[in-house]
Amino acid sequence: MYKITYKREMAENTVCHFKVDAPRIARKAKPGQFVVLKANETGERIPLTMGGTDPSNGTIDLIFQVVGKSTALLRTLNVGDAIQDIIGPLGKPTHVEDLGTIVCVGGGTGVAVMYPITKAYKEAGNHVIAIIGARTKDLLILEDEMKAASHDLRVTTDDGSYGHHGFVTDVLKKILDEPKEVKLVVGIGPVPMMKFLCKLTKGYGVKTMVSLNPIMVDATGMCGACRVTVGGKTMFCCVDGPEFDGHEVDYDELVKRQRAYLTEEKASMDRFKEIGR
Amino acid sequence: MAEKEKKEKPKIPRQKMPEQEPKARAKNFNEVPFGYTPELAQLEASRCIQCKKPKCIEGCPVEIDIPAFIKLILEGDFIGSARKLKERNSLPAICGRVCPQEDQCEKVCIVGKKEEPVAVGRLERFAADWEREKGEVFIPEKAPATGKKVAVVGSGPAGLTVAGDLILKGHEVTLFEALHKTGGVLIYGIPEFRLPKDIVQAEVNYLEQLGVKVECNCVIGRIETVDELLKEYDAIFLGLGAGLPQFLNVPGENLCGIYSANEYLTRSNLMKAYLFPQYDTPIARGKNVAVFGAGNVAMDSARTALRLGADTVRIIYRRSRDEMPARIEEIHHAEEEGVQFYLLTAPIKFLGDDNGWVTGVECLRMELGEPDESGRRRPVPIKGSEFQLECDLAVVAIGAGPNPLLPTTTPGLELNKRGYIVGDLETGKTSKPGVWAGGDIVTGSATVILAMGAGRKATNSIHDYLMSK
Repeated sequence: MYKITYKREMAENTVCHFKVDAPRIARKAKPGQFVVLKANETGERIPLTMGGTDPSNGTIDLIFQVVGKSTALLRTLNVGDAIQDIIGPLGKPTHVEDLGTIVCVGGGTGVAVMYPITKAYKEAGNHVIAIIGARTKDLLILEDEMKAASHDLRVTTDDGSYGHHGFVTDVLKKILDEPKEVKLVVGIGPVPMMKFLCKLTKGYGVKTMVSLNPIMVDATGMCGACRVTVGGKTMFCCVDGPEFDGHEVDYDELVKRQRAYLTEEKASMDRFKEIGR
Repeated sequence: MAEKEKKEKPKIPRQKMPEQEPKARAKNFNEVPFGYTPELAQLEASRCIQCKKPKCIEGCPVEIDIPAFIKLILEGDFIGSARKLKERNSLPAICGRVCPQEDQCEKVCIVGKKEEPVAVGRLERFAADWEREKGEVFIPEKAPATGKKVAVVGSGPAGLTVAGDLILKGHEVTLFEALHKTGGVLIYGIPEFRLPKDIVQAEVNYLEQLGVKVECNCVIGRIETVDELLKEYDAIFLGLGAGLPQFLNVPGENLCGIYSANEYLTRSNLMKAYLFPQYDTPIARGKNVAVFGAGNVAMDSARTALRLGADTVRIIYRRSRDEMPARIEEIHHAEEEGVQFYLLTAPIKFLGDDNGWVTGVECLRMELGEPDESGRRRPVPIKGSEFQLECDLAVVAIGAGPNPLLPTTTPGLELNKRGYIVGDLETGKTSKPGVWAGGDIVTGSATVILAMGAGRKATNSIHDYLMSK
């Protein structure tokens, strides 16, 4: 059992931040890695990226958006409650090196995934420009944290309620048009965002890494639920990723595979609303 | 002639286990056979002729004293029989259900030369079930504590055997499991209707009663490496299993509705998706299901699909009936339940709709040519024989390979060219000092009992090593 020691509702109560007691995972986890959790006996195994770790206190940070039954159920838990199973750290850590100038782009809850990675790139000596975006101001998360983790933070909202009015790709394009050479772009967010971001950076010939979040079950390379096509080859996101060369990913396939259980997810959510568990 | 027949003692036929009717059971996940009654068990036990030089013991990978345990059943000492079994086999309730007896003990049974062999597996199951159900599970005395610590990685048949044996020898044992439940393939792979999960849980509970420490949710190679474990433990046994699904590598294989058998069975068995929405994990319920492969895992997948409401389930296999690797009983059960067999048929591509869901599979007819390196006749495509089959769910059950997660994070651990750990077949010793391995991660996909046999050999070697250290 993994005890929740801290809980904060974010982004108009659609995103939730937990600190969870998991000392062994906290000690081992590196930026870019994730955990799989199962909230209770009847729960499903869902992958969640860690928004950070605190090895001295033995906790990991889980930041998740309520998107279905499992995350809705998770949000009903409070400080002192426990998550039945947490498995991790899983996946390959981000390959962090000093490259020069890099741009870290986070959209929606992807910002949570991006935060520890951004911090690591800055600590490695890079000049880090960060762009974070959300649909509207109230949905924006981790602005202060991202400001501290980068040298230069730009903010966008789709509706113009805060920061730049438009998409993260608009701001990224401006940066890429500047004379300063960008060595790497890291993009994490909804699949359409990553797809269009990669379309843009490909035109500029700038290497781009993305972090993918397909459906997983065991997340140790045993089942193949998370297979993604990268560079024409089938990869298992859980062990070969979650980060891949964004220019090589088949996003259309990824979206279709992510939607494989929409009917079941809806039935599950409706049942949860009715009976509350 | 007629007179001579009269004089002969009437032969008792091999006793069948009562089981659920095929039509009824194809709609539920309850175990198919009910097992012998005491009367049936004793009748079957009376068929054993108690050979002076029994062949069956040699035919058993863990050398159970088969005539002895059968004799105890005949005498009505069912608990004694179970204990006799447990002298050599710590998981008899499981082995009685899933061992390929027709290739082992029953294959060499002397009675089997003239008539059907003694039903050793069914008798084993009977005695083990009797002991468990009567609540008389015997807790043997442990050897005095040695102060040595052993880490067992993987809680499948090999790991359970090693843990159970070493704890009795007085060592401290910690069993690490990557999933949230112990049992390995016995839990995630083999369905409830073939191996009820409470039997596996009972075996793990027994180990815990003996003092084995169980740690789930530990992916060794990630949360701790083998080298880190070696600082804390005197020896390590790796019973990792064959945890890497093989795919067909044909176009369209990443369409939705195409599962590896590992995923399909893990969803259903480990995650209990067959009880969705009471359990949260979903599973696609196909109307027309295609299962590729013809081993036990393929039969399990096909029969699971029937129970999840499929109208048609087809086993598609590129060789012929004679080469099908599944246990005879599994093939028989699948056929009885209505699974269709498309033999000498190989898939060449999957077809899908605009949403990315599988709608069908294009296949080729095959014929058998010359024997290949496995000694089986090689399937050769018949030109121009392409045809399409409709399917809205497909399960690929063509085998599993070694999962690289632990091996690739363990320097000094020698692997063969297929990625399996190189382990001495007699001792389980690997190239890395203090590390043993056994089961599918050494031999490739095999059986529960062979993994247990490998565990037993490693146990002896580990014990010798610890006591001389």
